[in-house]
Amino acid sequence: MSHHILDAKRLLCPMPVIRTQNKVKQLSPGDILDVICTDPGVTSDIPAWCRITGHRFIDVKSDADEIVIRIEIRSRD
Amino acid sequence: MNKPEKKQRKAVALISGGLDSLLAAKVIIDQGIHVEGINFYTGFCVEGHTHAIRKKDKAKPKRNNALWSAEQLGIQLHIVDVIEPYKEVLINPSHGYGANMNPCLDCKSFMVGQAVEWIKENDFDFIITGEVIGQRPMSQRRDTMPVIAAESGASDLLLRPLCAQLLPPTLPEKEGWVDREKLLDFNGRTRKPQIELANKLGFQDFAQPAGGCCFLTDKNYSDRLVDLWQARDTKAYELDDVMLLKVGRHIRPKPNFKLIIGREEGENKFMEGYRKQFIHLYTISAKGPLVLIEGNTDEKDLQLAAEITARYSQGRQEKTVTVAVKDQNGVSKLLNVKPFSNEEKLRDWYI
Repeated sequence: MSHHILDAKRLLCPMPVIRTQNKVKQLSPGDILDVICTDPGVTSDIPAWCRITGHRFIDVKSDADEIVIRIEIRSRD
Repeated sequence: MNKPEKKQRKAVALISGGLDSLLAAKVIIDQGIHVEGINFYTGFCVEGHTHAIRKKDKAKPKRNNALWSAEQLGIQLHIVDVIEPYKEVLINPSHGYGANMNPCLDCKSFMVGQAVEWIKENDFDFIITGEVIGQRPMSQRRDTMPVIAAESGASDLLLRPLCAQLLPPTLPEKEGWVDREKLLDFNGRTRKPQIELANKLGFQDFAQPAGGCCFLTDKNYSDRLVDLWQARDTKAYELDDVMLLKVGRHIRPKPNFKLIIGREEGENKFMEGYRKQFIHLYTISAKGPLVLIEGNTDEKDLQLAAEITARYSQGRQEKTVTVAVKDQNGVSKLLNVKPFSNEEKLRDWYI
């Protein structure tokens, strides 16, 4: 298991979702990905994307400047 | 002897996030076809952008309607970035533009063409869309339906479940992968049959954006795009241009430059991300907007830009306002200016 960071700051939805989707293709099951964003739309879009793809949405942390969404890559069926 | 197992057929559905594509996908899922969704991001399908930028909109809950549709359908959704290849569609549409800068017919052919490539790469059998004959004046007419099928290269692999009974049978129908009798015959601009079907299928809270979710159908946005192209003498554009056309007031005092003036805190904050790309101005002696300058300016232009910046600050009634002008390298100077007061001229310069 390894920990990865994806910088999606200043990107507006759906670009953070697209970048997440593309990044996840390079990762292994169990890997953790932190997606760093500024568009508040990601707080609904990335969890929705996780629900339809089966990846695990762990949590979201935000402050005035950025939002960090943590997900765990699902095992391949 | 056991009968050979029937091959599981697979279709990709173009999911815009609107009701029609949701229903079309559902009609095919209900026939036992494995359906996955595909959604193309051109840069102009920006329904969420204003919301993301403008502070006053942030209290409203926001969702991506394509993701929402996929979740309702219980299918995978592939969101594909087509910003680069889409440029050629917008810049040089073979069928021209609609009421504004919307190249709807070329756009539809392009997207179905992208889906054709996708099904080849992913071993899917056919493509479905939520098109309805007569629903849209440019891209969804009886005479344009075959144009899209032909120009995209999809031919009879393109099935429109909501109006299939009014069109010649496609390969999935001819081969019996789907039952044509269970497809529909929707026609015209009325939304009534779609609403009835949605109710019957139990869909609620679906999106029905007027004019679709594309900024190119919007007159103000299109005017700004045309202005940008004319000022640069080229139709070339980048994603940042697409974004900035949606933000702030756009004022072009002279052909060689325009000002993008933040209208509120959320826009100012968003525009801050562009300070290294543009000369920018902000007021010092009174609260005011962030202003980006797009184009080339001389000293007189910067003086005028500072006066306009002061006009949109809280010091607009003052005799003088101090304005900072900062270049892309962070080098700044202060100008004490009289706020611009010729409102008629400002209106003329508005884009």
